[in-house]
Amino acid sequence: MALEAMEKGGAAAAVDRGAVAGGAGASAAASAWRVHESGGSLLKVHDLHCGYGRKEIVHGVSFDVARGDFVCVIGANGCGKTTLLKNILGLIKPLSGEVTMEGKSVLHLTDRERAQMFAYIPQAHTPPFPFSVADVVLMGRTPYVGRMSRTTPEDRRIAWRAMCLLGIDHLAQRTYTKLSGGQQQLILVARALTQQPDLIIMDEPTASLDFGNQQIVLSRMKDLAKTGVSVLMVTHDPYHAFYCADRVIVMKDGLIGAEGAPRDVMTREQLEDIYHTQLNVIDVELSTGSRTTVCVPL
Amino acid sequence: MGETRELDDGFAKAAESERPRVGRPLFARTRRTDTPASTSAEATVAAPALASAAIPVSPSKAKAGLLQELDASDERAEEALNKRVPLWIKAAIAASLVGIMVLSFAFGRYPINPVELVQTLGGLINNWLAGVMQGAFGVTIPLVDVDPKMATALVNIRLPRILVVVMVGAALAVAGASYQGMFKNPLVSPDLLGASAGASFGACLALLLDLSNIYVQLFAFIGAMVAVGGAVWMNKMVNKYDAILGLVLGGMLVSTLFQSCTSLVKFMADANDKLPAITFWLMGSFSRIDQADFWMILLPMVLGFVMLILERWKLNVLSFGEEEAKSLGINTKRVRLIVIFASTLIVACSVAVSGIVGWVGLVIPHLARAIVGPNYKVLLPASMFIGASYLLLVDDIARLVSSTEIPIGILTAILGVPFFIFIFRHNMKGW
Repeated sequence: MALEAMEKGGAAAAVDRGAVAGGAGASAAASAWRVHESGGSLLKVHDLHCGYGRKEIVHGVSFDVARGDFVCVIGANGCGKTTLLKNILGLIKPLSGEVTMEGKSVLHLTDRERAQMFAYIPQAHTPPFPFSVADVVLMGRTPYVGRMSRTTPEDRRIAWRAMCLLGIDHLAQRTYTKLSGGQQQLILVARALTQQPDLIIMDEPTASLDFGNQQIVLSRMKDLAKTGVSVLMVTHDPYHAFYCADRVIVMKDGLIGAEGAPRDVMTREQLEDIYHTQLNVIDVELSTGSRTTVCVPL
Repeated sequence: MGETRELDDGFAKAAESERPRVGRPLFARTRRTDTPASTSAEATVAAPALASAAIPVSPSKAKAGLLQELDASDERAEEALNKRVPLWIKAAIAASLVGIMVLSFAFGRYPINPVELVQTLGGLINNWLAGVMQGAFGVTIPLVDVDPKMATALVNIRLPRILVVVMVGAALAVAGASYQGMFKNPLVSPDLLGASAGASFGACLALLLDLSNIYVQLFAFIGAMVAVGGAVWMNKMVNKYDAILGLVLGGMLVSTLFQSCTSLVKFMADANDKLPAITFWLMGSFSRIDQADFWMILLPMVLGFVMLILERWKLNVLSFGEEEAKSLGINTKRVRLIVIFASTLIVACSVAVSGIVGWVGLVIPHLARAIVGPNYKVLLPASMFIGASYLLLVDDIARLVSSTEIPIGILTAILGVPFFIFIFRHNMKGW
């Protein structure tokens, strides 16, 4: 990663963003990424009630995401995970409660400001037109480009670093729609990094990928998180949470059932309760010698 | 399997080329355990992969090294990400429009050979310049004799017709391209939201009421605007969450409504004179174009073109879907309204002066996409040029093929079908 350690954390973010927007200065090159000290409070969700129309789906949820955290949200279908994400992203207005980023209410931000804070990685899907990979990644600069929508050399440099970082630089001139699901997903991750967000939000990013591609995408995300990027991810597979989460939020019927480190929260009882199926949570030793926890249905 | 393999190779390549000193993959680095300095913020964000177990590298060194490597790779960013459509393709697209315009001057009921064409056009420009120079600077330029018959044919008949056909062709193509992006569907044409149906009804009503040509145009324009406004309003009434679905449904409802009204007008029209007039109008034609038509549509057309061109990057993002576009910082509601308004404005102008000309808005964006790719930054201008060239060519055919002019709407449809099949079979650039 083009790592410019922003040791000052939060306050430096705005300054840094300004420097990037300022563009051409080659000496500002080092700040292509905004990376912050871990631990500073970033996202706060306070007593959030939300849903569609008058139908309330999430009934009062509060949690924090700190800088550098990798937080996973798990829960059964229909428990309100996606609704929660959409509210955090500002795609739907909450019924009550508040979502703040660094103390600022998300609702009062413009779409552009919001996109500079959050990057959303959806499930890879195929757009109707054969865009080149370069076009897709450069779309991450949308919240920064001016009225004429011209990307500057600085924009292209930022996009390029994201692609190099994820090891997809050799795909730049390929057609996005003709690539495999795993490659498409990594390109969307690169696009999200190109947005230079404070928080990356993912909604089951691996749901349509095969086993190997799931692992590739997840391990890249895990490594990215180590470089100071904050991630909030919804997942259906408990193993994914064991694998990459610092913290897990278990949702049940629109409420938070439990929250904490994966080992503490994702117990057999808890998981059986939310998925309504019998399962075992097992500690295993891998052939590399390291230990991990897996969840296996009976 | 081939693609997965290639992906792995990519990772291996990246790891190899960027970090030759250590044999670990790109991201093999741990935050909390590897280095004693891991409590510092710098170590928290230290470079991946360089801190290997075998060769301990201090975080600051690691950072500097990685930055150097990434800085070195920056040089390739422009080459890889700033790939443009080759100049010769752009030049060819522009040149073909100019060429067809010149040809269109020469062809027609009153044949003018190339020498006469150049002489007359040159003479007209010379005389015009002479007038300007005389008036502004008092400089006298000798006037050239121009055949008045030829001059009339060129300036009063062919020039306005060519300019209007160019604008209409560009308008239909650019509106079609914009709608295809906005509705995330390559099979959409500019009349999706009921513009054509509304214009037809307006024009038929004016013809039924025996109003003059200017009112027919005005009614057609208003009809198109009202129909699309109705579709947008219906979307607002019935649907809160999926705007695209709501708009398509609204467009279908409005189209059906106005088509029925058109049928009703036809049913009531006098079968001896008004019904043929209505039927003929609906087939589309440029045969009645004069200078007044050109000046009338010039301003709204230019306004619509400029509005769409300004939204061209956002159309790229919109074609990825509502939520993604929003999460990338686009006020989707506003962009949609701008695109719908601008497209409707130019399509309404087109239909008002020429009647219904189908297929251009569906076929041309595909042709343009096959030539310059799907990026709207180049696709919109390319669609305009190619749409203009295509419609001008078809209009020339309409003028020349038989002694009575064939309505252009019939020709665009007849030519559109094989053309579309051809593009679909040869569009190697995707989907």
